[in-house]
Amino acid sequence: MVEITIRKRPRTEAVVTQRKFFKKTARGKVIKVLRERYLRNDVGCGIQGCSICSSGSQSPPLPSKGGSDHTSFPNGHFVVPDTNVFLSQMDLIESPTFNPPIILLQTVLEEVRHRSFPLYKRLGALVKADDKRIWVFYNELCSDTAVVRNEDETPNDRNDRGIRKATAWYNTHISLSHPPIRDQPRQPIPVATLLTDDAANRKKAEQEGFSCLSVRKYVEGMKNADSLLDTIAVGDNDIEPTKAAMKQRIYPEYLPLSALVAGVKGGQLHQGNFLQNQYNYLEGSVNVSSYDKPILLLGRENMNRAVQGDIVAVEILPESEWKAPTDEVVDQDATLKNDDADESEEEGEDVEAAAEKKLVGSDSSERRHSERQPTGRVVGIIKRNWRSYVCHIDKGSFNESSHALQTVFATPVSRLLPRIRLRTRQAPTLISQKFLVNIDRWDSSSRYPDGHFVRALGKIEDKATEQESILLEYGIPYRPFGQAILDCLPPEGDKWVVPPKQPGNPAWRDREDLRDVIICSIDPPGCQDIDDALHAKMLPNGNIEAGVHIADVSHFVHPDTPMDSEAASRGTTVYLVDKRIDMLPSLLGTNLCSLRPFVERLAFSVIWELSPDAEIVNVRFTKSVIASKAAFTYEEAQIRKDDPKRTDELTQSIRLLNSLAIKLKAGRMAAGALNLASPEVKIQMDSSEASEPIDVEQKALRETNSLVEEFMLLANISVARKIEEAFPNTAVLRRHLPPAPSRFDNLKDMLKKCKGFSLDVSSSKALADSLDKCIDPTEPKFNTLVRILTTRCLQAAEYFCSGNEGRDTFGHYGLASPIYTHFTSPIRRYADVLAHRQLSAAISYAPLHPSLHSKSHITQVLQVVNQRHTSAQMASRGSVDFYVTLALKGRAQRGKVIEDAYVTRTYQNGLAVFVHKLGITGIVTFDKGKTEFDAENYCIKFPSSVTGGKGEVTIAVFSKVSVHIEVEQDKNTQRGKTKMTLVHPVDSTHL
Amino acid sequence: MSSRVEILNDGGYRSDGRKQYELRDITIDLTPRGSADGSATITHGLTEVLVEVFGPREAKVRSQTMHDRALINVEVSLLPFSASERRKRSRGDKRVLELAAAIKSTFEPVVQTSIYPRSEIDIFVHVLQQDGGLLQAGINATTLALITAGIPMIDFVCAVTGGVYSTSPLLDLTTLEENDTPNVTVAIMPRTKKVTLVSMETRLHVDRFGDVFKLACEAGAVLHQEMKVAVESRTRKLVGAMETGPSIAIPGAERGDRDVYMEDNMNDDF
Ligand SMILES: [Zn+2]
Repeated sequence: MVEITIRKRPRTEAVVTQRKFFKKTARGKVIKVLRERYLRNDVGCGIQGCSICSSGSQSPPLPSKGGSDHTSFPNGHFVVPDTNVFLSQMDLIESPTFNPPIILLQTVLEEVRHRSFPLYKRLGALVKADDKRIWVFYNELCSDTAVVRNEDETPNDRNDRGIRKATAWYNTHISLSHPPIRDQPRQPIPVATLLTDDAANRKKAEQEGFSCLSVRKYVEGMKNADSLLDTIAVGDNDIEPTKAAMKQRIYPEYLPLSALVAGVKGGQLHQGNFLQNQYNYLEGSVNVSSYDKPILLLGRENMNRAVQGDIVAVEILPESEWKAPTDEVVDQDATLKNDDADESEEEGEDVEAAAEKKLVGSDSSERRHSERQPTGRVVGIIKRNWRSYVCHIDKGSFNESSHALQTVFATPVSRLLPRIRLRTRQAPTLISQKFLVNIDRWDSSSRYPDGHFVRALGKIEDKATEQESILLEYGIPYRPFGQAILDCLPPEGDKWVVPPKQPGNPAWRDREDLRDVIICSIDPPGCQDIDDALHAKMLPNGNIEAGVHIADVSHFVHPDTPMDSEAASRGTTVYLVDKRIDMLPSLLGTNLCSLRPFVERLAFSVIWELSPDAEIVNVRFTKSVIASKAAFTYEEAQIRKDDPKRTDELTQSIRLLNSLAIKLKAGRMAAGALNLASPEVKIQMDSSEASEPIDVEQKALRETNSLVEEFMLLANISVARKIEEAFPNTAVLRRHLPPAPSRFDNLKDMLKKCKGFSLDVSSSKALADSLDKCIDPTEPKFNTLVRILTTRCLQAAEYFCSGNEGRDTFGHYGLASPIYTHFTSPIRRYADVLAHRQLSAAISYAPLHPSLHSKSHITQVLQVVNQRHTSAQMASRGSVDFYVTLALKGRAQRGKVIEDAYVTRTYQNGLAVFVHKLGITGIVTFDKGKTEFDAENYCIKFPSSVTGGKGEVTIAVFSKVSVHIEVEQDKNTQRGKTKMTLVHPVDSTHL
Repeated sequence: MSSRVEILNDGGYRSDGRKQYELRDITIDLTPRGSADGSATITHGLTEVLVEVFGPREAKVRSQTMHDRALINVEVSLLPFSASERRKRSRGDKRVLELAAAIKSTFEPVVQTSIYPRSEIDIFVHVLQQDGGLLQAGINATTLALITAGIPMIDFVCAVTGGVYSTSPLLDLTTLEENDTPNVTVAIMPRTKKVTLVSMETRLHVDRFGDVFKLACEAGAVLHQEMKVAVESRTRKLVGAMETGPSIAIPGAERGDRDVYMEDNMNDDF
């Protein structure tokens, strides 16, 4: 039984403990805020063996003698960082070699929380990490350290004072807990030192008589100072004032945030996500709600220091200055290679500025008038979304033999980012390495953003380095599962089996025994996490019983456990070519939940009675126990189905499923489902240890792929209906919004002008039908190409909480289904786990956890899952691209690589081509002067003078060409890139 | 999201520094005011409620008069500046009516109304300041006011709110906590250990309900001790005044103490 007490609040403390204040809300209402605070004298200091505080059952994290490896503190010390240290030096704090005992004050923690939620999350993870020694001291609740804001004090000053008071308290507390022993010399005691980069605050601390250091000073006194100094972020005090004053403004200053907010509200400004043009570093765009087309930002001055992903406020330029997007490919590496990192503001400026003017300038006569878009300029940043960036070092930017502190350029792997300037002592060792860099700031007087080195990832093109950098680049959590998570697994480990069927056994409660049903699974070869299995059999009444059986993950993963929150934050399993980053520990994913053959497994089954025409007569959902009879690959299943000699039950059931699947698919197509294509290639490896990929090949699609797909879709739709009916407000669903017709404008125009086809985008049915008609008998791949381009115009599907959206927007456009969810892959997708929990509540198998009744909780979880889903896809693609490049390199050594390709876009100085066989898009560039660009008709004319006796040649969008593909390394950054040149119909080597 | 206050932080502290099972500071003022037969002001933290009791007196409205027992009327008024938004709530306001109805139905079975047929007891609940636990404060103050008015009751009624943050139960919620957690108000009669009211405005998961309910009942007993001490000390003062000073008749004083307080003393086993 717990002890219930009344917390008495002495009247004399009322000043400290009671607050009444008035606050104006966003809508202009004045509200009264009442807050009470109970001060305590039982707030622990977190130091082991403290003779004053009782530490309770858990051992506190701070060693009793403090940290001993700092030259300034021979008697041991504790570090008390202020808020700004966490806000600007998180990389230092996170660094595995930075390990002093840290006292994290509540004041600081709350300030971090208000200033930056992502940093707060990172800090929270550090507090829990086993290899850090951080104690949260609730100084605002401790009667000795609580402070009240004085009348003439700013909130900042009040917090600083609170931080100093708590630091002083620690020093007193430590000496009180080490009382002098009679007749013995007083033993040396550790000190608590304040860590702050605020000089004024340091001065006050000195006056108040306790130790205080700047971050740099502190790190310099550490034993491993050298490697840590680079990770210190650039601060304001790092620039010599004279130099700073001399610097002139390159970019316009930002408006204050309050002006931005007011401007957006008043409609003079527009808010949106800044998107960098991939092929032209001088052009960006912002999608805003008030304009159909994105707002173009031309030139670096108009982009005004916005970085990919930032939320910016833009001002629209007068309509007379509106323009079409540029048709030019502008490569940052090539254009800026002469910039000097140290003195970039003065040198090379004129040349570059002139080039930029030309690029973004007034040659509107050449541009298609019809494609004009609103243009604008960034007047302020509403929110920076800077993260850690994987970078290469630019070899041209520094002295390779010097180990002195130098200013260098780091070139991010992503082409969407500007080069970052950083100061480092280890420049020479970073050559041909990949490493992480954080941006600290971007001043109006600086051409480039300033950042700091976080850590090295390893050698370029080393498998492990590339793997880690892909994971980091897309923000995918990939740490091994911690002990707390592994503790959630069944204690029997891999010895766990379905318990014997006995009445009263909880595992069998309300479970159907389907162990005798002829069930099998069909998956890609080498699949270890088998989520789903199927069966079908004839019923006496002529109908067919078909079942989909899904791994019963929710039997093992319970809400509110460390394993559940980890799975929620991972959101999905990520598949790289050579690695799988699991959402759930592999004991579950590849063993206990995996529906392997010949073993009993727990499942969640959807069982239909279908008419011979594949109409649903009846559907039921049940928890079950199954024993799969076989695990086929798509190929094996296909061969078995097609083998007329086989008449066994299993083969019959596959045939039955197949015949139903064909009808289900026909039904979906008739309803307007889209048959889309995305470039999918498979990397052929010799073995898992092989260093070089053998080849790249197209994924083969068999009838049995479609068989599985149809039944998974059917299961997902049936489950979606059920949970939406049971929980109309909080059902976890998935939808695909219809695309805005304007997104197809470009593709429609290209198809019309170059091929004479018209695309009807009025509905998914119309689109599907008109896609079927896009057939060029001479080009069998043409239809696939159009489907790929169509896919690029569509929006991404997303998870959502049913209570948040109107019922009329639930539909899945691509599948032409009015409602949809994900149920069939709970091992590798978290949304499916939620759907499982909701379904089991809907059939009254288990009560629904309160968090799944909460709309805000579900919305928040799904937001993370959606984001993870996107980054997982991008990471997979990144991994494939890396191996395709490797394979190309291998092939290039054996001979010239020449492949067929299709033109997908034309530029003034180049072509974008899609190489179908490799699933990659590349750019072929050539000299503007030698060719003629017809923007109106999407083509480029090569005059007979350059075609080598072939007469005048025209290449338009959709033209089939041959390209020579090379992998070359950028001389400066060592970044590998694929370079393509035309071979047929024109040789563009000299263009 | 980021600006919101954490309801229960990793250190186990609530936003106001209390731990899960700590109740807020409570003060009780039983000094008589105006013409009321009994009155009590109670504060739970920053929530402050004054209750005045008139009666039993002759029923004013004939049609509602009951021949076998007294009629209990409850009226609630919220001071316009008591809540965070300055707003005048009319007497017909739904929330005000609900609060009044909950208090009325809580006390109807507790007050020994059959002693006073054809009369009425009027209870005026004035909410002076709100910071969560309005019903809790209203019920507790009504108990005390009825006692000071000397109206016989079969027992004290003590109310406490409880909520659940994630899976952790919390007791005696502030407005901030009420807005963010599913919660329940439980009123118990400590002597008989009976529950006279369970009121929920939000959904509370059935698994959690049991925990919170049990805790709230225990907390009710803790509050009972506080309330009893306040009543006792008032009685002591009155008795002292009667012995030493000139005898001033304080309406309801003797009756109240005899009926309720005595009875309560005999059952000190709780
Ligand atoms: Zn201590």
